[in-house]
Amino acid sequence: MSEKVLMKANEAMAEAAIMAGCKHYFGYPITPQTEVAAYMSKRLPKVEGGVFLQAESEVAAINMVIGVASTGKRVMTSSSSPGISLKSEGLSYLAGCDLPALVINVQRGGPGLGGIQPSQSDYFQATRGGGHGDYHMLVLAPNSVQEMVNLTFKGFDLAEKYRMPAMILADGTMGQMMEPVSLDMGEVKQYDKSWALTGTKCEREPNIVNSLYIDPAELEKINIERYERYKLVEENEVMYEEYLMDDAEICVVAFGVTARVSQNAIDEARKKGIKVGMIRPITLWPFPKDVLNKAADKVKCFISVELSMGQMIEDVKLATECKKPVYLCNRVGGMITSTDDVLKSIEEAAKIGGEN
Amino acid sequence: MTVFEKPKALTDKVLHYCPGCTHGIIHRLVAEVIDELGVQGRTIGVASVGCSVFSYNYFNVDMVQAAHGRAPAVATGVKRSDSNNIVFTYQGDGDLAAIGTAETVHAAARGENITVIFVNNAIYGMTGGQMAPTTLPGQITQTSPYGRDVNTVGYPVKVCEMLSQMDGATYLERVAVNNVKNIKKAKEAIKKAFQNQIDGKGFSLVEVLSTCPTNWGKTPVAALGWLEENMLPYYPLGVYKDKTKEEN
Repeated sequence: MSEKVLMKANEAMAEAAIMAGCKHYFGYPITPQTEVAAYMSKRLPKVEGGVFLQAESEVAAINMVIGVASTGKRVMTSSSSPGISLKSEGLSYLAGCDLPALVINVQRGGPGLGGIQPSQSDYFQATRGGGHGDYHMLVLAPNSVQEMVNLTFKGFDLAEKYRMPAMILADGTMGQMMEPVSLDMGEVKQYDKSWALTGTKCEREPNIVNSLYIDPAELEKINIERYERYKLVEENEVMYEEYLMDDAEICVVAFGVTARVSQNAIDEARKKGIKVGMIRPITLWPFPKDVLNKAADKVKCFISVELSMGQMIEDVKLATECKKPVYLCNRVGGMITSTDDVLKSIEEAAKIGGEN
Repeated sequence: MTVFEKPKALTDKVLHYCPGCTHGIIHRLVAEVIDELGVQGRTIGVASVGCSVFSYNYFNVDMVQAAHGRAPAVATGVKRSDSNNIVFTYQGDGDLAAIGTAETVHAAARGENITVIFVNNAIYGMTGGQMAPTTLPGQITQTSPYGRDVNTVGYPVKVCEMLSQMDGATYLERVAVNNVKNIKKAKEAIKKAFQNQIDGKGFSLVEVLSTCPTNWGKTPVAALGWLEENMLPYYPLGVYKDKTKEEN
C-alpha cells in the first residue's frame, strides 16, 4: 500500500510529470492553473537536468515545448482556455511534426476573456485538434486528483508510444481540488527516439523535424499514414468507466467535475427507483463510441451533462447513431451543474424517456 | 591541393534561391564557420519561414522547422534541452522583426546562449515582395505600391539598435554581403557569434544586409548597388553591442 499525500490537483499533475521523467516545463501565468507553473518553478531547479522557464507568452511556451520535444525529451506546458487558443498553432505543428508532448488545459468560462470559473467548453477545441489541419491529440479527462496524476503519467507514455501530442482536459474545479493521492506510478517506459535531434556527431545523416511538405502527393501520404496510427489509438487506448449501467434505462454521459456531480444525482435518483447509470469517458479522444453504441440498444435515452452549450452531446449522438434521444443538462459561464440540476434532468428524462 | 570546396556543413542539394540572391553566400558563410569551429556533430539548426524555409535541406546538421517567427523560442527549447547543442536560427525580416518580434526580444532579454542569423533584405521575398518592417521609406513593394509612406505605416525597424538596449544581449553586429570586403567581415562576425555560444557567453545576433533582386525588380548587380546606396546609410554596419569586449 503506497503512501498517500494530500495535494492540490494542479500541483499533483506537476509532480506526476516529474515522476514520469519530464524535466522541462514552459508556462505562463493564467487563472486557474498558475499553481502548475509556481510548483514547477520551485521543484524543477532541484531536479537534476530540470528546466523551468516562464515564457513571455503562451505562444512562446508551446514553441519552447516543440524545441525540447524535437530533441526526444519529455516536456510539458499548461494553460487555460484563452492560453490554449494561443497555443493552437503550436499544437498543429506538434501533430504535424509527430512530436510527443503533454499539454494541460484547466478550462475556464469563455469565449474570449470569459471568466475564471470552471467550464468544459473547450471540448470541441480539444477533441477536434485545436489548430488547423487534419490531426488529433490524445485527450484525457480526469475526474479526481488521483486521476489527474494517473493520466498525466499515462499521457506522457501514450504521447511517446504514438508520437503525438496529448492533452489533459481538466477544469477549474478539478485543478483546485485537494485530495489524497499516491504518486507511485511505476516504471517509465522507454521508446525509440532515433528520429530525435541529438546532433549527428558526424556519424549519421541529419534528422529533420518538420511539417512542411510542398509536394501534395507526399503531404497526402503523410496524412494518411498518420491517420493509420490514429486508428491504432482508437482500437487500443479508449478508456471509460461505467456506473450502474447493468439495468440502466437512462444513461448519463459526463466527464470531469460533472461526472462527480452526476454520480451523486444518480444515487439520489436510484433511491427514487429510477434506473439510471453513467458512462464516463476518460479518453475524450479516442471517444468511447463502442460502449455508447451498445448502450443505445438497451437504454431509452441519454443525458449529456456538460459545462458548455452542448459540445460532447454531438459526439454522443454520433456514437449512438441517434438511435435514442440525447438530452442536454448544462450550465455555462463558470456555473457548475448541481446535484439538483442533474437530478431534475434525470427525472424529466424518466417521465418522457424515449417512448412512454 | 584543394583550393576551394563545398563546406561539410552544406549538403549536396541544389539551392532553390533566385539568381543573385545572397542567401547562397550567407548559407556558405554559416557552413564554413561550423566546419572551422569543428561543431558540425553537435549543431542543431532552426529553420524559419521565408525564402529560407527549406534551409533544413541545405545545412548538413540536425534541423527543426519552426513556425513563422517562433524560431528563437524553439531554439530556446533545443538549447535548454542540452547545453552541449550548438543552436542557431536563420531568419528573414518578416520572421524576426514582424511576427517574431516578441520571441526575438525575449530570447535576447533572457540572454539565451544561441546564435541568430538575421537576413535583412528590406522585403518579404517568399510571398512575392510585400512590405517588411525593414522596408525603407519610399520603397515600392507589392503592399506599398506607392512607396512606403511613413505617415500611414511608420518607420522601419532597426533590429540591432533596438536590441542593443537589452542587458541580456551579448553580441550584436550588422554586416553586409554586397562586396568581397564586406563578405569577409560578415564571416568574422558569424564566426564570433558561434564562438560566443561555444564559450557560453550568451545571446549573439548577426544582422546581414542582403539583396532580393527578384522582388526589388533589379538585376543581381544592380541590386548590390541599391543595397550600397540605400540600405547602408539607413542601416549602418558595425558592432552594436559586445559584452565580451567589455569583459576584457
